[in-house]
Amino acid sequence: MTLTFAKRDIIAVNDFSKAEILQILEHTQILKSHPRPDLLKGKILGSCFFEASTRTRISFETAMQRLGGTVVGFADASATSTRKGESLADTMRMMENYADIIVMRHPLEGAAQHAADVVSIPVINAGDGSNQHPTQTFLDLFTIQETQGKLDGLHIALGGDLKYGRTVHSLAQAFVHFNPRFYFISPPLLELPKEICDELREKGVKFSFHKCVEEVIEKLDILYMTRIQEERFAHKMEYDSVKNAFSIALDHLKKVKPNFKILHPLPRNHEIDTSVDNSPHAGYFQQAENGLYVRQALLSLVLGGV
Amino acid sequence: MLTEANKTLAVAGIKDGTVIDHITSGMALKIVDLLKLNQLEKQLTLGLNLPSKTTALKDIIKISNRVITEPEANQIAIFAPNATINIIKDFEVIQKYQVSLPATITAILKCPNPRCVTNHEKMSSFFYIKQRHPSAHLQCKYCRKTFTQANT
Repeated sequence: MTLTFAKRDIIAVNDFSKAEILQILEHTQILKSHPRPDLLKGKILGSCFFEASTRTRISFETAMQRLGGTVVGFADASATSTRKGESLADTMRMMENYADIIVMRHPLEGAAQHAADVVSIPVINAGDGSNQHPTQTFLDLFTIQETQGKLDGLHIALGGDLKYGRTVHSLAQAFVHFNPRFYFISPPLLELPKEICDELREKGVKFSFHKCVEEVIEKLDILYMTRIQEERFAHKMEYDSVKNAFSIALDHLKKVKPNFKILHPLPRNHEIDTSVDNSPHAGYFQQAENGLYVRQALLSLVLGGV
Repeated sequence: MLTEANKTLAVAGIKDGTVIDHITSGMALKIVDLLKLNQLEKQLTLGLNLPSKTTALKDIIKISNRVITEPEANQIAIFAPNATINIIKDFEVIQKYQVSLPATITAILKCPNPRCVTNHEKMSSFFYIKQRHPSAHLQCKYCRKTFTQANT
């Protein structure tokens, strides 16, 4: 069954059913394999980044241009009338006059939903504070499916800052459709929030907590690492004591499964040693590249160019 | 018509109008403000911290010559989940029902998340009711965070 995404807002992964997620991934594969340089010819993307973001913004703008569309917008709120006190709603209404679709990143949680409420053109959330970043989750899912050949029944570890990391929250929530076995590896103060654990428990997802990667690495299909920020800790010594327990180097990979892949939303710090980069288990660069195709898929599905 | 029963009421009976009874103690003034009852130019009688058969203490509001609608009544359910609405005609109760939480609540509550856009832009808050018992759980439409009734 072909589902329609025409004119739909993309605000949070939880808004999508399993069938819809799978269709997005299927469409991503089609565009990755068979580029369509004229698919969105004549369409304009309004790129509204109220908060600096080099990777995501460039990924979206490239995605649009490689489909034949063009881009207008801004990369920083200081370039807009926000500094004159203009409301978010008015800024979005202004952009609606010029663009066919808006992609936005904003520091406040819920900003993308607010924008979606006030304009009639589709809005894609490129990150709203520590709340949602749905396109990151879709590209994570796509990469996992691509490297594992499936999404169902995988053994997945989420490591690093699980408390403040929106990417791991969203990925955990998306995976409830796919019967995973989760392993959560984090320092004690950075554990996955209780609300998300409760949600997983309600959906019958099995998970466990661990102190270091070595405890579980041989069981894993996927290790999804995130950056632990030093500023989360009161003292540098405390940060130094934990960061090595949540980092991975070539030595860790001696007994992993052949299909094992390491993913990371990037940028990375100490958590993945550069010695891993040339290993067949390094999946994070492929993951970053897939951001382009996933965003192309979303733009084309929403603008009806399929 | 005053009856022997009315003479013993802590708050005098009304001939026609609405009585909101079994309001959670301390919430009557909030409800007056929420429904803008003090702007109706109708006689309004309040009883605060009255003894109750069902709970320790209760508040009560009596509005003369005004029947509040069921949607209005259900808006107060978040503050007074056990409140009952009594429609009065000629000193008799002609209709009685308990308030129930609506599916959504707009504007009357502030999102407790300081980083929620509703606390920074000129816009109304919006909550979905995710759970009703034993206590209400509300999810903000915007920041997607869920709160208990005690947080709001």
